Amino acid sequence: MSEATASLPATAAGVKRRDGAAGDRIFYWIVLGCGLFVLVALFAAAFSMVWDGFLAFRTFGFGFLTGMEWDPVAQRFSGLVPIYGTLVTSALAMIIGVPVSLGIAVFITEVAPRSIRGPIGGAIELLASIPSIIYGMWGLFTFAPFMSDYVQPVLIDWLGPIPVIGALFSGAPLGIGMLTSGIVLAIMIIPFVSSVMRDVFLVVPAQLKESAYALGSTKWEVVRDIVIPHTRTAVVGGIFLGLGRALGETMAVTFVLGNTHNIAVSLMEPGTSIAATLANEFAEASDDLYRSSLSALGLILFVVTFIVLAVAKLMLVRMARQRGE
Amino acid sequence: MATHSGSLYRRRQIGSMIALSLCGIATVVGLVFLVWILWTTLIHGLSALSLSLVTEMTPPPGEDGGGLANAFMGSLLMVVLAVIIGTPIGVLAGTFLSEFSRGKKIGEAIRFANDILLSAPSIIIGLFVYELVVRPTSRFSGFAGGIALAFIFLPVVVRTTDEMLRLVPDVMREAALSLGIPRWKVTVNILYRAASTGILTGILLAIARISGETAPLLFTALNNQYWSLDMSQPMANIPVVIFQFAMSPYEQWQNLAWAGAFVMTAIVLLLSVGSRAILNRRNAK
Repeated sequence: MSEATASLPATAAGVKRRDGAAGDRIFYWIVLGCGLFVLVALFAAAFSMVWDGFLAFRTFGFGFLTGMEWDPVAQRFSGLVPIYGTLVTSALAMIIGVPVSLGIAVFITEVAPRSIRGPIGGAIELLASIPSIIYGMWGLFTFAPFMSDYVQPVLIDWLGPIPVIGALFSGAPLGIGMLTSGIVLAIMIIPFVSSVMRDVFLVVPAQLKESAYALGSTKWEVVRDIVIPHTRTAVVGGIFLGLGRALGETMAVTFVLGNTHNIAVSLMEPGTSIAATLANEFAEASDDLYRSSLSALGLILFVVTFIVLAVAKLMLVRMARQRGE
Repeated sequence: MATHSGSLYRRRQIGSMIALSLCGIATVVGLVFLVWILWTTLIHGLSALSLSLVTEMTPPPGEDGGGLANAFMGSLLMVVLAVIIGTPIGVLAGTFLSEFSRGKKIGEAIRFANDILLSAPSIIIGLFVYELVVRPTSRFSGFAGGIALAFIFLPVVVRTTDEMLRLVPDVMREAALSLGIPRWKVTVNILYRAASTGILTGILLAIARISGETAPLLFTALNNQYWSLDMSQPMANIPVVIFQFAMSPYEQWQNLAWAGAFVMTAIVLLLSVGSRAILNRRNAK
């Protein structure tokens, strides 16, 4: 409110001004409260798992992270098997998904004619909209049989006899298992990783690329030596974003991993992951120690995904700042 | 010498062609999987579609007939509850980020927390709401399911509201404030109106996201075989029914799971494609 209002009848203006000020104060407190609610929600979620998982950690100590036992009847629980399954399936998803995502991003930004860039990008992003349980059903009823009929026998025949890595590809072609889960997870993270890459590839300064072309670089050399190094930070951020998704993916993995508490070297074997274990057992976990052990697993998953997503966010923010300067 | 450098250049060209072809193949692979998944859902779903899907209840194991009416209703109720809870909090929190936190540390902290919530595993939200609602009330309920969905709905709305309000040019704020209008009125009457399409799109996107969420409902809403509108009781919903039926050995249950999956996917894709189209049209302007 400016000095000009002083010439108006004092009462009206004064009342009005106070109204506005009071309204503004109230509005500020309301929006601040809602903003803080988001912050509190995150802390509360973490705290609730610490609170509920405490019993398991107190009972089993650090052995919870290294033990292989999961026996609801004997009341003995430990988390290594689902932790292992989570890490292996996510690692497979990254090994398969990251190169494909990179390929898609390069294709959309450097190779495809302008007219089909939008449609292809949109189609790939559709993969992100498909609900996770649909991936699970397709994985179980369509993709797992395909794997056991056509893909796994070939892998077992060709790669099985090779020393060392052969162990990864030995066993029966069940269809479900670590490898199938890894591939399904890879498809699920592709839209997230490739869209981050695509967006940052598009903002590489044209002068840099043109200079390289002028020196006689081929298109691929420009991508490899100019575009990717220039956007390195954001690319890593995008990869971590995908990893965060893969680690916590629940329904798809629950359908195709097999839900068996065992650790095997072979990627053909079924296993379980933290998220799948929670999805399958939490509603039935009747006693406190059982449920507390599941919550402790949830806490481990939460801490790991938090770190991964925080790294992703920091990388992407840093890239945005560089661009701003 | 000349021939040597010429052959080297040709080799580099060929290498480049090979690498770029591989990028093309990667894109084709991605598209093949998209079509494959949608095709599977369509084929299995269409063959199981019938009118009884929306008129009859979920059948007992091993019986023919039946539908998913109770599950559709339960899903609808819980999504509506999530929207009612999540929209005001989400829009106002987004308003705080865009309008009242410029250059403040607290805004950065909230944005960070919101991004974590946005990508955090949804099953974690299920665990949290179990502790928050199910355990104190000592029962699974439609309320718990709706609240769990609200926590997934919220960060999407916060983020889009924040982004859309920041797109509104500062000139508008300055013009309105210079007329002596209180700040809250400027925000509600002018900024919200300017960003209304974007904010609504965010809400649609968030609805699309929660419509297919299964994990957080597994131990909040659980399931219910019967028609029930009582939000304080366990409640049937499409995702959990799909999960239970698809994993079962009964053929009729599996058929119903596919029919449910088809309808759910269609709704989710329509919502997300529609809202993206609206956004793109606005950005093009």
